[in-house]
Amino acid sequence: MSLASIASLDRRWIFLAVGLLVILPLAFGFHIAPVEPSPRSRGFYDAIEKLPEGSTVLLAGDYDPSTIAENYPMHLAAARHLMRRNMKIIALALYPAGPPLTDQVLHLVGEEFHKKEGIDYVNLGYKTGNELVMSSMGSSIPRTFPVDRRGIAVTQIPVMKGIQNYEQFALLVNVSAGFPGTKEWVQQVVSRYHLPMVAGVTAVSAPEYYPYLQTGQLHGLLGGMAGAAEYEALIERPALAMRGMDAQSLAHVFIALMILLGNLAFLGKQPARRA
Amino acid sequence: MKREIPILITLITGVFCLIGFFVPHPLIRNFYDDIQQWVIVIVGATYVLGVANLLRINMVQVSQRSPDWPYKIVLLAGLLGMMAIGFSEGAHYSDDGSKFQWMYNRVYSPMSATMFALLAFFIASAAFRAFRIRSFEALLLAIAAFILMIGRVPIGNAIHPIIPAAADWLMEVPQNAAKRGILIGAALGVMATGIRLILGMEKTYGSGEST
Repeated sequence: MSLASIASLDRRWIFLAVGLLVILPLAFGFHIAPVEPSPRSRGFYDAIEKLPEGSTVLLAGDYDPSTIAENYPMHLAAARHLMRRNMKIIALALYPAGPPLTDQVLHLVGEEFHKKEGIDYVNLGYKTGNELVMSSMGSSIPRTFPVDRRGIAVTQIPVMKGIQNYEQFALLVNVSAGFPGTKEWVQQVVSRYHLPMVAGVTAVSAPEYYPYLQTGQLHGLLGGMAGAAEYEALIERPALAMRGMDAQSLAHVFIALMILLGNLAFLGKQPARRA
Repeated sequence: MKREIPILITLITGVFCLIGFFVPHPLIRNFYDDIQQWVIVIVGATYVLGVANLLRINMVQVSQRSPDWPYKIVLLAGLLGMMAIGFSEGAHYSDDGSKFQWMYNRVYSPMSATMFALLAFFIASAAFRAFRIRSFEALLLAIAAFILMIGRVPIGNAIHPIIPAAADWLMEVPQNAAKRGILIGAALGVMATGIRLILGMEKTYGSGEST
């Protein structure tokens, strides 16, 4: 097979290879390499570890099922870390399709740690308005979210007792897929109310938040499934992201090889073109 | 008057919101909070308009048998079906085990995740067919892509610890510098647009024209 003939490779072979490289590690769970936490993931972990036990934390799950592979594992890991340290969680979502995912995370982890909805955590649900919701919460959270996702008045919910605005939170944990998300929370809340913040974001959007990390506006950052896997390693609770790391490793290597192969095929065609 | 009144409303509310952002006095703050609540209600109302518009456009296209009209029937069935199930369950639509939750978990969620997952296949195909190193800049881009793709996953560290270190350097130095420049530029642009709106120099929101 000549280099030039590679160029005409049917793309269905590429699709098949990607499919196998992703499915086989997920199905058989072999282990290619250990996960080494980066300073960004460690910053995320340390920010929660440094909080006094029983602090109240705002957990914003700003994503929907389209990015579930990346955001859900970090959301789950963050909830596990927070509940393990007996934090009170006030959760919300600024994506319309986000609240059911937040419910799933809180109910699943709540059962693991024997936490009760309304007493140890609450899901305030979704509110339209993007940055305006963030800004409005700075004045009054009960006014912005008069009821929780179940329709119960927040004044009747024990975990909401004393919660008026951002002053009552020790940390903002944001799991974000884009807009509205990490950037808006930094601009509307961190810069204005000086609430410490950590974020877990999709890999494709992670580079956007490095400036905030460098300035200290973000204390930690989880980038994509790899970031979630690093965080799972730190909390010593391997789960969804760790299982996906082998598949992601192989897929990345394959894409790098495809770039190389594509260019070799391109070089192989060059003399023919000149002729 | 048709032009002047919207400009005047924009000027007054724009200047007031600027003041409200910086002045915490209760007199200003309370009205500022009220404006925010009004806007949240207006944004919520636009969702209803959005759904109505979606219905209207797609129903017309189905009735005219325009290209791909069967797909539009699927869209309308999905939209109306989810709404009907949600409304029929009232306040309990979000309860565990509700029909709405079943639809969300078994239909909407996997379909949505599948759309995003398809990217992996198309990226691999595009990497093979489109990423051509034709210039020095493209070579630099390819080297950076190689380092980042391998350095961002555990296999990079297993090959050699210098790969993730190089990936970190790329992200924290050249990437960060470029991103910061873009952020500052965009922020200045937003400020300039805001001032133009408040001063009535930007009227695209009202008339579709800019002066």
